[in-house]
Amino acid sequence: MSVSTADLKRLGEVKAPAGLAQRVLAGAGLADEYARFDTVIGAVFVAWNRSGVSAAARSNSAHEFEEYFRAEVGRRPLRAGTPSPEMAQRITDELSGKRTLRFDLRGLTEFEQAVLHKAREIPYGQVRPYSWVAREIGHPSAVRAVGTALANNPIPYFIPCHRVVRADGVIGNYGGGGPEAKKAILTLEGVRVQWLADLARAGVRYQGVKTTGVYCYPTCHHGRRALERNVVLLHDAEEAKAAGFRPCKSCRPMAA
Amino acid sequence: MDGVEHVFERMVHDHQDRLYALGYALTGNRHDAEEVAQDTLLRAYRALVRYPPERVRELKQRAWLHRIAVNVARNRYRRPGPRMVELNGSEQDAAPGPETRALQRIELDGVAAALACLPERYREAVVLRCVQDLSYAEAAEVLGQPVGTVKSNVHRGLRILRGENNERFDS
Ligand SMILES: [Zn+2]
Repeated sequence: MSVSTADLKRLGEVKAPAGLAQRVLAGAGLADEYARFDTVIGAVFVAWNRSGVSAAARSNSAHEFEEYFRAEVGRRPLRAGTPSPEMAQRITDELSGKRTLRFDLRGLTEFEQAVLHKAREIPYGQVRPYSWVAREIGHPSAVRAVGTALANNPIPYFIPCHRVVRADGVIGNYGGGGPEAKKAILTLEGVRVQWLADLARAGVRYQGVKTTGVYCYPTCHHGRRALERNVVLLHDAEEAKAAGFRPCKSCRPMAA
Repeated sequence: MDGVEHVFERMVHDHQDRLYALGYALTGNRHDAEEVAQDTLLRAYRALVRYPPERVRELKQRAWLHRIAVNVARNRYRRPGPRMVELNGSEQDAAPGPETRALQRIELDGVAAALACLPERYREAVVLRCVQDLSYAEAAEVLGQPVGTVKSNVHRGLRILRGENNERFDS
């Protein structure tokens, strides 16, 4: 065949296939990729970019997750070709209490970020009240706003908003699938949900351990080995103080 | 860091078509073309994040990217084993561009296949000058060769493509 310079020029005018730019940006970590992972809490769609995990949801389909992501994060996620085994491992680790993931919370306000970072400090298998988060981030009266920020957590399960509960024993709202889902995840982490609710309804907020003189939130692991006869149920900080207990340095039931 | 990311995003959008065309013309098939474009841009990104800001700002992006792409493409066609050449647009394309009207595709594949038959030094010179429309000076810079060498390689390549030359391929 004879090829002319006009033919060559036309060859130079081909267009890159759709999606190439997006794949390049995802490869550089500048765009979000997502994949579906099978986990202890079922199938979870997780999106990430170079800065870290940017969203998670238990969507019913990839399409549903993409819609959710676009509404929540405002970007277009790209389905990962082969989700890396490393990512799968990190996700498994994270859900079993090891903290290995990084998060991309760029779209959130400073307050929302502070709330979510604080929630992440709550150890696996433990819970804290909303007021604790508010106090710890230096906005003790912003309990409601803390609740809203947690309800809008774009990365539930991994940023454990489920570990923040109402002080009155009501399990409270949960953006990750409603109160039942929240109960199920806490149970999976070994939290005795019913026992907690019973304590709260009886007005019990803390437990003091006589042998150490320290009082804690009921799920704090600090006093978990105490024998039952050494445990004192406490209704408030005043009572604890009067009984000679000092606040635990780990779960911080009182402002330091 | 944020600056580099924006520079790169622009770069991807501005150059993806050119780099795809370059990969297509150099390797002779669309599959490799896509990988050449992708690898080139990712290599470029890894370099950009290490460059000081003034170097990023003063970069002649087109020549720089073409130089990276030529190297990426060489790694492909110098690889041992059979080379893939597009045959009459038979390969399925998940995301067709505007040039996909079947006839046009077949014609373009024919042009790419003809280029694939050229000796490497002629092919690279012809592609940079006639497909990518670089000046001789730019093509020489990309290839790291004197302008005169590029010119004569372009002319020889074109003569072969026009069927005017019985020269034996001995590269
Ligand atoms: Zn404690």
